[in-house]
Amino acid sequence: MSRLDIGVLNDIPRLGARVVQTEKGRIAVFRTRDDQVFAVHDTCPHKGGPLSQGMVSGTTVVCPLHNWKIDLNSGQAQAPDVGCAHTFVIEQVNGRLLLNL
Amino acid sequence: MEKLICIGNGMAGMRTLEELLKVAPDKYEITVFGAEPHPNYNRIMLSPVLAGEKRVDDIILNDAQWYKDQWITLYTSEKITTIDRVKRQVISDKGTAVKYDRLLIATGSTPFIIPVPGHHLPGVIGFRDIADVETMLATSKTGKHAVVIGGGLLGLEAANGLLKQGMDVTVVHLMDSLLERQLDKPAAALLKRFLEQRGLNFLMAAQTEAILSTTPLTSSEQVKVRGVRFKSGLEIPADLVVMAVGIRPNFELAKSAGLHCERGLVVNDTLQTYDPRIYAVGECVQHRGTTYGLVAPLFEQAKVCANHLAGYGFASYKGSQVATKLKVTGVDLFSAGNFNGGEGCEEIIFQDPAAGIYKKLVIKNNHIEGAVLYGDTVDGSWYFDLMRDGTDISALRDHLLFGQAHLGNAGHGDSRIAVLSNDAEVCGCNGVCKGDIIKAITDKGLFTLEEVRAHTKASSSCGSCTGLVEQILASTVGNYSPTPKDKPLCGCTEHTHEQVQRAIKDQHLTSVAAVIQSLNWKNPDGCASCRPALNYYLIATWPDKVKDDPQSRFINERVHANIQKDGTYSVVPRMWGGLTNPKELRAIADVVDKFKIPEVKITGGQRIDLFGVKKEDLPAVWADLNAAGMVSGHAYGKALRTVKTCAGSNWCRFGTQDSTGMGVKLEKMTWGSWTPHKFKMAVSGCPRNCAEATIKDFGVVAVDSGWELHVGGNGGIKVRVTDLLCKVKTQAEVLEYCGAFMQLYREQAKYLERTAPWIERVGLEFVKQHIVEDEAGRKTLHERFLASQQYAQDDPWAQRASQGVAAHEFSPLQTLEVA
Repeated sequence: MSRLDIGVLNDIPRLGARVVQTEKGRIAVFRTRDDQVFAVHDTCPHKGGPLSQGMVSGTTVVCPLHNWKIDLNSGQAQAPDVGCAHTFVIEQVNGRLLLNL
Repeated sequence: MEKLICIGNGMAGMRTLEELLKVAPDKYEITVFGAEPHPNYNRIMLSPVLAGEKRVDDIILNDAQWYKDQWITLYTSEKITTIDRVKRQVISDKGTAVKYDRLLIATGSTPFIIPVPGHHLPGVIGFRDIADVETMLATSKTGKHAVVIGGGLLGLEAANGLLKQGMDVTVVHLMDSLLERQLDKPAAALLKRFLEQRGLNFLMAAQTEAILSTTPLTSSEQVKVRGVRFKSGLEIPADLVVMAVGIRPNFELAKSAGLHCERGLVVNDTLQTYDPRIYAVGECVQHRGTTYGLVAPLFEQAKVCANHLAGYGFASYKGSQVATKLKVTGVDLFSAGNFNGGEGCEEIIFQDPAAGIYKKLVIKNNHIEGAVLYGDTVDGSWYFDLMRDGTDISALRDHLLFGQAHLGNAGHGDSRIAVLSNDAEVCGCNGVCKGDIIKAITDKGLFTLEEVRAHTKASSSCGSCTGLVEQILASTVGNYSPTPKDKPLCGCTEHTHEQVQRAIKDQHLTSVAAVIQSLNWKNPDGCASCRPALNYYLIATWPDKVKDDPQSRFINERVHANIQKDGTYSVVPRMWGGLTNPKELRAIADVVDKFKIPEVKITGGQRIDLFGVKKEDLPAVWADLNAAGMVSGHAYGKALRTVKTCAGSNWCRFGTQDSTGMGVKLEKMTWGSWTPHKFKMAVSGCPRNCAEATIKDFGVVAVDSGWELHVGGNGGIKVRVTDLLCKVKTQAEVLEYCGAFMQLYREQAKYLERTAPWIERVGLEFVKQHIVEDEAGRKTLHERFLASQQYAQDDPWAQRASQGVAAHEFSPLQTLEVA
């Protein structure tokens, strides 16, 4: 397992996302309104859409391709759609964002 | 936790609880009392159960597990006999006493039994619940003759079911015409003829005098019904008498508790009774003087009531317009509104008795007042929408009776839903067949268009099959009424588009967050539907004050390029009026080489589209295009797209005016403006119309004496030819009318409403009044348009390519491995 320092909270816009290129592929890092941070594989379980480009509301992102709603905690698609995007552990330590692969 | 009790375990009460649990799952500890032994079932589907087309299990809506899952305490077969408003508790016939903080009364209605001699006899029943259906089914096995008193919807459904169970059925009706509350006489005659051919007998204008009983031979034999006698002296045999002459709201319990009742339990617009702790919904209530016996109004009431029980307190119920259908297989019948006409009304009628088709529309002041359809009801929901929305139908009038399909609905073929096979594709975007939709509706107990969209995806993309899906819903669930048009902007709020637009203006709201806060959105972030709408309304209302919110933009508008299925983007530079030159073409060719752009395509709007650009490359691509003088073409936006032109009088031997030059001027004036939906223009140099201006939002066609202005065209999902707005003489006038028209559209239309449906909604007359007849108004609109353009005409590509705007969008985060 490796651990990446990917920057600080303010690198990511509120209700937005940034992408990190890793050995495990593109990972989308989201920031909610209340400054929670989530890391999800940047691939929608439906047709592979880049989730990082979607709109964030609460702890859900809407895929820009076909509007699937993905929960940022679990990576699960909102019912009645079925599917799951891989999630990663991300921590905020001393103001730095640390991503566990 | 507060305690909520619901008296009545029927559709209205449970729908209210479902709506409540959706918005406030943890607010109440809920108890439900039902007098019937069953869990909640779909009462409107009793007719198909009687007809043997469905089983009781098929019509259960919420099974016992559902109540457990929701932590609801359910008492079945227990009737509440007392409401003690002082102690705030209810007491059942079995002595159960439960306290409440809020009480919901949903006691429904009971069939009205005519008090003629013999009405108490065994074998005389109403048609209301599962027990009635069980009695009917049992009697049909031993008895032969059934008499149904009442030729209304329920009576005919009961008669049809009993006929199917093999009984000899006579329908007795007091009037001389069936379904007199739903049908006019010609349609009723067609229906009667059809049902007679099926084998039903009718006794019209017949008044029941007595129900006759058997004379038992021994004391142990039970007395039961044997026949019916009429005022005329006629007697007919009967082993079963079904009374279906109407329903009575069930409000005795409420009345005995001292709640104000008239013809029903009286409620206000928040579904509250005279006791503010007590709410009521469904067939037992009387709202603004009206009682309802159909399911659609109950669902609307349920939604409002839940909103107040949840403590939100902003929804309000203003009554429902209802349409009816008869659930007798093989009979297509639809009726709504005032179908008998009257003073000032006109009627448009289509009659083909041999084919069994009859259609009548009642029109008053260019609006539909009512409709009766028999034999062909495909367009029922469309007429109902036009009626409820108060749409001005003068432009549609010639084609109105031929239906919506006749208006042009490209690519959807035969829209007669009944004749479609189960594997016929209904939704072309998502590949959903009729059978998939029916299965989802029946398996999952769906009732609304939104639910069908969520579960099947049908009609969730382009929306052109919405009418078909609504018809499938209507024929599958029975009494379905289309989604209310006055509907909330999205699931985050109860406010409509118009209310939100007004609030932004009246309350000087200037940010998405301010709207969400001041209008009490349920979701503090809003959602992907409402945020772009709010952002647009804000920018359109306060162009000089509002700062664009990038997080409220769909990705394409946020990064000013079109996302493609593989996550790359396409880039379309603006080509004014479709003109280009060697410098621009060289720059485009160089960009394609430099960034290895895989595909170059000419668009339908006379521009060039570069496909497969990586997001990281976008700013550099734009910088090179900017350097050659090109700016964003806004091919990605709800914005002014292209102005398509023909060669015009500069070159063409037929051209009457300089259409290309006119197009360039129009595009220079309007580029960069945000609109409710995409906005396309075209200018043709003569009536041959090579630029296809008559399917554009704003189309200009040159004639020798000036310019014709056409509006509201669409070449997409549903082809719509423009309406002629007016004719003007000079190029300056074309510009002024165009700016004014765009501004009117920007201020009046709902977000994501193209000009075509907008004009159909508000009527061409409305547009003409503002743009053509009111000169001062037109000039003001045009000025407002130009004023907002000062802020809009700043090339977003240049901002990002060379001014460092939104740099974070286009670069991945840098990483550093740590221990």
